[in-house]
Amino acid sequence: MKQDDQKTEGMNFLESIPRRVVTLYIPLGIFVFVLLFPFYWMVVTSFKPNAELLSREGNPFWVIAPTLAHFEKLIFNTPYPEWMLNTVIVSVVATFASLFCSVLAAYAIERLRFKGSRITGLMIFLAYLVPPSILFIPLAAIVVKLGLFDSRWALILTYPTFLIPFCTWLLMGYFRSIPFELEECALIDGATRWQILVKIMLPLAVPGLISAGIFAFTLSWNEFIYALTFISSSEVKTVPVGVITELVEGDVYHWGALMAGALLGSLPVAIMYSFFVEYYVSGMTGAVKE
Amino acid sequence: MAAVSIRNVKKHFGTTPVIHGVDIEIADGEFTVLVGPSGCGKSTLLRMIAGLEEISAGDIAIGGRVVNDVPPKERDIAMVFQNYALYPHMKVRDNMAFSMLLAKRPKAEIEARVMKAAGILGLDQLLDRYPRQLSGGQRQRVAMGRCIVRDPQVFLFDEPLSNLDAKLRVAMRTELKELHQRLKTTSIYVTHDQIEAMTMADQIVVMRDGIVEQRGRPLELYDHPENIFVAGFIGSPAMNFLPGTLKLGAGAAHVALAEGVTVPAPPKARGENGQKVIYGVRPEHLTMANGTGLPATVVVVEPTGADTQVFARVGGVEITAVFRERHAFHAGETISLAPDAGRSHLFDAESGKTLMEG
Repeated sequence: MKQDDQKTEGMNFLESIPRRVVTLYIPLGIFVFVLLFPFYWMVVTSFKPNAELLSREGNPFWVIAPTLAHFEKLIFNTPYPEWMLNTVIVSVVATFASLFCSVLAAYAIERLRFKGSRITGLMIFLAYLVPPSILFIPLAAIVVKLGLFDSRWALILTYPTFLIPFCTWLLMGYFRSIPFELEECALIDGATRWQILVKIMLPLAVPGLISAGIFAFTLSWNEFIYALTFISSSEVKTVPVGVITELVEGDVYHWGALMAGALLGSLPVAIMYSFFVEYYVSGMTGAVKE
Repeated sequence: MAAVSIRNVKKHFGTTPVIHGVDIEIADGEFTVLVGPSGCGKSTLLRMIAGLEEISAGDIAIGGRVVNDVPPKERDIAMVFQNYALYPHMKVRDNMAFSMLLAKRPKAEIEARVMKAAGILGLDQLLDRYPRQLSGGQRQRVAMGRCIVRDPQVFLFDEPLSNLDAKLRVAMRTELKELHQRLKTTSIYVTHDQIEAMTMADQIVVMRDGIVEQRGRPLELYDHPENIFVAGFIGSPAMNFLPGTLKLGAGAAHVALAEGVTVPAPPKARGENGQKVIYGVRPEHLTMANGTGLPATVVVVEPTGADTQVFARVGGVEITAVFRERHAFHAGETISLAPDAGRSHLFDAESGKTLMEG
């Protein structure tokens, strides 16, 4: 404690108000502005009546007569609710399936000490590095052969191709930080491998599972290329694809509805992040601290 | 409770041998301490007894049953780990009950056993806490409790006290010994601290580089070390070693040390005239002499209150002496130290083996 006090005391000269404004608040302000401005633009646009949107008069950064017309159009005159449902189903199922596989893979690679486990881990990570923009071509052939083209299953089964490597890699790091002795102790206590995984490792890895889950959910929620190529019917489209393909007619951009769609589409992810932000941070910084 | 026998056990990791044939017999109810410097293979041996490491060759038997291929949970053992390995997400109560829950014991029995163990260890008030809410000593006790509830044939301890501060370590040492006297469960305890070994053990096994250097009762090891390593390892401060030559002549046998200094050879020493030897004497077996002993130049004096430790130089060799009485030496002063010949040791310089009889 004493040392800490001295340390902060010694650093006090860094804490004067003008200095903090220059070193902390101004850079932070710029950063936040740059990050949030697109979001602000989206919000403002989605509430602007068409007249205001397209006129050259007035303030482009503000709404004078806010309207819900775009939302109304989106919800009642387009298949947006269906897209939303599709996105939810695809993201949730793909996320849980990927998490399940990743837990087994990560645990096996980290703890079963089999020959070549390191290399397997590395290969799985390499799989993640193959860009989807290349992978979608062979995947499309597979999807068609399996008769899954233009169905939700096409996405549910292809998203894990990039989710599993990612989650496995993240969980491997997490499992690694759980002490070996806990497992050995459980082994002596009479637990089987499966019981060790379920009763010891998973409860301790909850923060890691949550951050992997959030990542996987966000990645599949925002996924674009596979959804664009494997789906053609409006009723099975996901939000990112639906918004782009159906709210842009030729060279006519329905800006209001587009932005309203984007706003509604990004809300679930934002809400999820805000719920789990603490777990998410601790998931990134390691597991068991005694 | 059960006897444990370890017969010609070997272990290699890949091609690297770490244990080269170890034989240890542990009687039923005995407290055996495996002690040795780090890397001597003592922890590996313990983990082999626990079933956490495979046995490369030889047999380990618990209660007469060879357990080489028996999985850990069927060996009827319990282990305390150095970092306690308490399950962080479970309360103390659940930590202690975990093994019995896995074995699907009836609830009433689990509750009764947990309460009994908690009573023995004074954990009654802590049962609903999580491990992170406990102090080091309390965690240590929970780890013990987890073993007691299972009433195993053998307790295994892997350096259980090394994460505690010095004072607590001494207190827990006493507590563990008391517990053993009460439960009388066969215990195997690994430590690198020879004081822990000396104070707790019925039998000490001194290991080095994967072999057993000596095993026996604590005072047997202290009084009759079989080689220089054991002599230097057991006892604190460590035994002083002075190289010299054994002289057997008309008079009493003596050892000629460097720079013309001689000391009488221990009466029970046997050797040949002119043999290169190491003369060993413990710091507590040196007394002040009036000019007739070893001339020593004082280097540092460390009074601890209870005794005085003196570091001095005799013919280029640094030696330590411990006096019960207080002395006000100052650095550079020459004092005369007389070794207690009856309690001194003589080792062969080449092999390091003792030259003492009986």
